[in-house]
Amino acid sequence: MQLEVGKVMVRDIRFADRTRMESGVLHIDKNELVKYLKEDASIKDVDIDIARPGESVRIIPVKDIIQPRIKVKGCGQVFPGFISDVDTVGEGVTHVLEGCAVVTCGKIVNFQEGIIDMSGPGAKYNSFSALNNVVLLIEPVSGLTKHAHEAAVRLAGLKASYYLGKAAQNVQPDEKETFTYNTLTEAARLYPDLPRVVYVYMIQSQGLMHDNYIYGLDAKGILPTLISPTEVIDGAIVSGNCAAPCHKNTTFHHLNNPVIMDLLRRHGRELCFAGVIITNESTMLSYKKRAAHFTQKLARLIEAEGVIVTEEGGGNPETDLMLNCKLLEKSDIKTVLITDEYAGRDGRSQGLADVTAEADAVITNGNGNELITLPPMERTIGVLESVEIITGGFSGSLHPDGSITVELASIMGSLCELGYERLTTRLK
Amino acid sequence: MKKLKFAHYINQFYGQIGGEDKGDQPPVVHEKAVGPGSGLEKLFGEEGEIIATVICGDTYFAENPEKAAEEITDILKKYDFDCFIAGPAFNAGRYGMACGAICRAVQERLGAPAVASMYTENPGAEIYAKDIYVLETGKSAAAMKDALPAIAEFALKLARGVEIGFPEDEGYIPQGRRVNVFADKTGAVRGVDMLLSKLKGESFTTELPMPVFDRVTPAPAVKNLARAKIALVTSGGVVPRGNPDRIEAANATKYGKYSIEGIDDLVTDEYITVHGGYDPVYVLEDPDRVLPVDVMRLLEKEGVIGKLFEYFYSTVGNTTAVSSAKRFGEEIGRDLLANGVDGAILTST
Amino acid sequence: MVKAIEELGIPAVHVCTIVPISETVGANRILPAVAIPNPTGNPNLSQHDEFMLRKNLMIKALDSLKSIIEEQTVF
Repeated sequence: MQLEVGKVMVRDIRFADRTRMESGVLHIDKNELVKYLKEDASIKDVDIDIARPGESVRIIPVKDIIQPRIKVKGCGQVFPGFISDVDTVGEGVTHVLEGCAVVTCGKIVNFQEGIIDMSGPGAKYNSFSALNNVVLLIEPVSGLTKHAHEAAVRLAGLKASYYLGKAAQNVQPDEKETFTYNTLTEAARLYPDLPRVVYVYMIQSQGLMHDNYIYGLDAKGILPTLISPTEVIDGAIVSGNCAAPCHKNTTFHHLNNPVIMDLLRRHGRELCFAGVIITNESTMLSYKKRAAHFTQKLARLIEAEGVIVTEEGGGNPETDLMLNCKLLEKSDIKTVLITDEYAGRDGRSQGLADVTAEADAVITNGNGNELITLPPMERTIGVLESVEIITGGFSGSLHPDGSITVELASIMGSLCELGYERLTTRLK
Repeated sequence: MKKLKFAHYINQFYGQIGGEDKGDQPPVVHEKAVGPGSGLEKLFGEEGEIIATVICGDTYFAENPEKAAEEITDILKKYDFDCFIAGPAFNAGRYGMACGAICRAVQERLGAPAVASMYTENPGAEIYAKDIYVLETGKSAAAMKDALPAIAEFALKLARGVEIGFPEDEGYIPQGRRVNVFADKTGAVRGVDMLLSKLKGESFTTELPMPVFDRVTPAPAVKNLARAKIALVTSGGVVPRGNPDRIEAANATKYGKYSIEGIDDLVTDEYITVHGGYDPVYVLEDPDRVLPVDVMRLLEKEGVIGKLFEYFYSTVGNTTAVSSAKRFGEEIGRDLLANGVDGAILTST
Repeated sequence: MVKAIEELGIPAVHVCTIVPISETVGANRILPAVAIPNPTGNPNLSQHDEFMLRKNLMIKALDSLKSIIEEQTVF
């Protein structure tokens, strides 16, 4: 499967009479986009705001972040199962708006929504501060259940990303990159001497709005299965997740999965990227075991020699992480785990809920309990008071001058366990 | 630049007072560098001087550490110094413990930065490395010429208020604090790099070591229970009323050994618990609920076991360090061996 | 502590409630206790019943000490 990704650079965003890309500036017809989103009867009102890199702006509470894109050639359309039908994606040509993101915000859905600071010390904790963000402030109709509210916000984000992606449809990309995922026998024939690496992609599926979707299917009941890395780039995996802001994988993270990107780029050179196994994180021990055994068997069937496993979230998913590790290592498959820690505010607690001796190669993306104080921003998009109820915040987080004291856990993507950022922890 | 001022602690041997025979030397102070302190001063050069050296006997300190630490900090209170240095103690256990304890007291009571130095396996290192900086040295005094420059450099940094880096670079024993830093590469790229190294059989360093629990071979079973001497041990903190050994409610630094000779039953009020990590209501009503003396005495009378060992051992398991528990277990085990005990029952809460 | 005692050749049994942690840490003879605040007791029972419970638990503990085992065993 081959996918050419064409990046159309966005260096600024402006509201205008017509939605289009022109000279690197994304023009947005606000009325048209709002009308499109309000086609969903669950949504009472939508406002759209713009946050640019370097501005003194704080966006809170952030539910999801999505990168606008559109398939211009090939089967299906982006975000299958939501925007389009469920035809297999991941081949042909897809254009993306690079340097730009849709951020869903507004009335808080659940307390696991986070913060993006566009400047100041908070800006260095995620890559979203460097993007031109189109922020959707969504107000649901009254009486909506939490689940319906979440679904409405999720869909609005995807629709807006598709709508804006269309602006890139007929534009000549500034950069192009082609990704190739060979079939199993092709790869074995082409690269017999390169180590066969497989990526085990753990996806939150715990209910209570800790859910993710694959071609529109709730990940809760799936058995581990194979997916092409290029399908993920086209939006086959969408976040419905309200797990802690620091380490829930936003749809943006899925679309730009850094493990997949790095493996695709090193494919045929340093390694043979043999495949991606998606698996979930159930709340029941027997399900966890079943998934781990199934993953182990799939990895054996596609002859993995080395596996990278990424976790999503923390706590009981660490049991899934360790089971995956143990079983893979037992089959003589070398593993590297990518995770994060909650090592306490003093950094002295055991950072993982579960451990196993076989986990001898672990990457950490930081300690989420570190306390940080962020200065006041000139402008807040959203609801600043929600800082006191979000994960990582507490009563007293918001100071009278508008500065906030929170744990790193509150900052969107700060500890993303796909390894998107550069934060890590060291022992002192 | 102003000359930085240091205070130094050494034991009776390095203080040139005497050997083991002078271990009972109470704390004295000299307003200059003494012994290895002179070496440190030479290394400080124009940048620093030692304005006070406290010398104390290892035995004096070991017999009453709290009182001795207080006496020493009282002495130091009169001096205005930028940083406190203790040792190097190398592998001398009591000296290392004293260095650690005094450094911690200086930090807590005087608010001054402190650094101790000793061999990695000195018991003082394990106990105090979390709270104070413990620079690693070689095992014996032969390592003095390497130790002093490292101590001087570190102490100057501490005195200047320069931020101290990571253990691998600065030479101190890790304090057990995980600290966030930004790496050069993303977690994903570091992960792929690590996997490729692992696949090639190259060495790599995990970013998050798993806690290690070693295994021991099961000890042989008791052959004849009816003639066996069985001991009771607990981490539930059951102790005689008044807690005579002052065992802590959490993070215990000691255990107690108590006689149950002639006692058939642990009675309310005679025995209490000091463990701060569980609801004590039930064990206070009947201490046998944690330390089952009554039943064991009955089984002894019935001939099921030969004898209930006349002492029990007690400590508190609440957040107590694994290394401390290991140490208690080793000492208790040796005591059991010396007393011909055939088997042990350990209760935990 | 159990492991340290055992290393010296004296069989030791760990009577505890959170068995998985004892397993991870590596005690060889493990006996599940009644509850965290009362490993060898049960305040909900009558004095007599509680005594019998404790006696049975200790008999099991002693059994574990005289059992020949090759590896970690929960009794």
